[in-house]
Amino acid sequence: MITSHLPVLQVIVPMIAAPLCVLLRRDKYAWALATLVTWAILAMVSLLLVQVINQGEVIYHLGGWPAPYGIEYRLDALNTYVLLMISAIAAVVTPFAAKSVAREIEPHRRHLFYAVYLLTLTGLLGIVASGDAFNVYVFLEIASLGSYVLIGLGPKRQALKAAYKYLIQGTIGATFILIGIGLLYMMTGTLNMADLAERVGPVADTRPVIVAFAILTVGILIKLALFPLHLWLPGAYTHAPSMVSAFLAATSTKVGAYLLLRFVFTVFGTDFAFGKMPLMEILMPLSLIAIVAGSAAAIGQKDAKRLLAFSSVGQIGYLALGVSFATVTGLTGGIVHIFNHGLTKGGMFLALGCVAYRLGNTRIESLYGLGRRMPLTSAALVLGGLGLIGVPGTAGFISKWYLVQAAIESDLWPVAVIVLLGSLIALVYVGRLVEAAYFHAPDTTAGEVREAPASMLIPTWILIAGSIYFGFHTELTVGVAETAALSLMGSAP
Amino acid sequence: MDVLGHFNYWVAIALAMVGLYAVTARGHLIKKLIGLSLFQTAVFLLFISIGKVSGGTAPIIAEGFTVYSNPLTHVLILTAIVVSVATLAVGLALTVAIKRTYGTEEDDEIEALDHAEDEQ
Repeated sequence: MITSHLPVLQVIVPMIAAPLCVLLRRDKYAWALATLVTWAILAMVSLLLVQVINQGEVIYHLGGWPAPYGIEYRLDALNTYVLLMISAIAAVVTPFAAKSVAREIEPHRRHLFYAVYLLTLTGLLGIVASGDAFNVYVFLEIASLGSYVLIGLGPKRQALKAAYKYLIQGTIGATFILIGIGLLYMMTGTLNMADLAERVGPVADTRPVIVAFAILTVGILIKLALFPLHLWLPGAYTHAPSMVSAFLAATSTKVGAYLLLRFVFTVFGTDFAFGKMPLMEILMPLSLIAIVAGSAAAIGQKDAKRLLAFSSVGQIGYLALGVSFATVTGLTGGIVHIFNHGLTKGGMFLALGCVAYRLGNTRIESLYGLGRRMPLTSAALVLGGLGLIGVPGTAGFISKWYLVQAAIESDLWPVAVIVLLGSLIALVYVGRLVEAAYFHAPDTTAGEVREAPASMLIPTWILIAGSIYFGFHTELTVGVAETAALSLMGSAP
Repeated sequence: MDVLGHFNYWVAIALAMVGLYAVTARGHLIKKLIGLSLFQTAVFLLFISIGKVSGGTAPIIAEGFTVYSNPLTHVLILTAIVVSVATLAVGLALTVAIKRTYGTEEDDEIEALDHAEDEQ
């Protein structure tokens, strides 16, 4: 049965489609193939989610080799949820790419762009699906190398600098992860995560395991871009092509969050990470600083894309904050925020992609009078902005609600206050976008500006509508996140 | 503490620090990449040295040998070397493109050019 191979197919299909894109040469064909592939992956992951909900866990042995000797793909509620998010974003963003990429990337590079894009997608899906620590590292590097190239393809020369910076910092992060995996292998003799989880316990007091934990966490935090390891992020998101900003903002840091959850809770276990090691004492202040400083830095930006990039630094703080509570409510909030922030920020970057398509840049002054000239795009920006603030009725509210609840449960009132303070700061920077779009006379020198084409508006609105829909209907998002949080905390039914 | 017995770790740590220092302290983009490669190579050495079993020989079944070194770390590092070569290639390609568009491969000069552009 082909359905029994779904766990690996969703990784292999984009991997095989990538070289086909190179062979197709015509950018239209490459785009069509990429769109087809991303929708196929979304279908596959949806089937997997049904399987996982019914069976609890889907285990796949690559090449039929039993774990721990062979590589194992182990899908539970957590990683199927993240897979669903990645594949849904990819399926929505790829149709958007047709017009956006044609505007921003030179003709002879477009089919290569789609090839690299599919490879990046392969890497991201592989990291999440794999249950083998070294396999995770390899996929991590595939995804990272792909994103360096995608970012470097940005329209301005600063894109090259941003890509180089990300390459240096990203490689240091990935190599840290490799050291951590090596030390774990040295002490346990296994690379399979489930097997590692069992064997780490008896040797948890040895120095290599403690070092492995520290160094893995730092490596993952670089990938997650948690303050103060976020320095690569603003440049990369600002200068990347519009479609890449949306795709990476919605997926790549979220995969970092997934890795953090997987290593901290599944491999090392709560007792080790939060009992013996001071993970909470380190992660929580950093997240809170990220929330306040990242959001505050967003206020002063002159470029709307850069503003959203700094806002991402702040929102990543919320993700990490959810992890740092080490309670079911906190984790639920963090995991839900992976999904909700992905939708919201993806939608907003797509809206800015529409702006860049019509105006050629995303400077705040260029947004003046946008509400009249591109009403649908501006409305999408505003609704997405409400999600970033966490206004009730948006998906952003749900995750913040859980985070505030978790803070109160843990008797950490100041933390709850800072979460709300973060929302207030978000109100200011979103306010700047709204002010520019609705309360300024349009810049008449730009000439006639029309609304963005439908092929770009529809994907934007799908994501924004999703961020509103999941603000009211939380059965899927919160339900699955809660199951995942319960199983991470080790009290799975 | 057994200092000499752990010499493989000392070598790996020293090399890694040399590499990391070059990445952070050097302004030349290619020198940074050399540092990055050194750092990665140090980790490869660490992996390979932990696969060594005292008195063990190459893992090929033959008469007269009963102790073999662990070949798995070597295989892992073969993959990691490929990854590191690919990273280096992308990094060098980016450096070439930066040199072409900025006319320099010094970090601070690029920064100054970008700053000048912002002022306008």
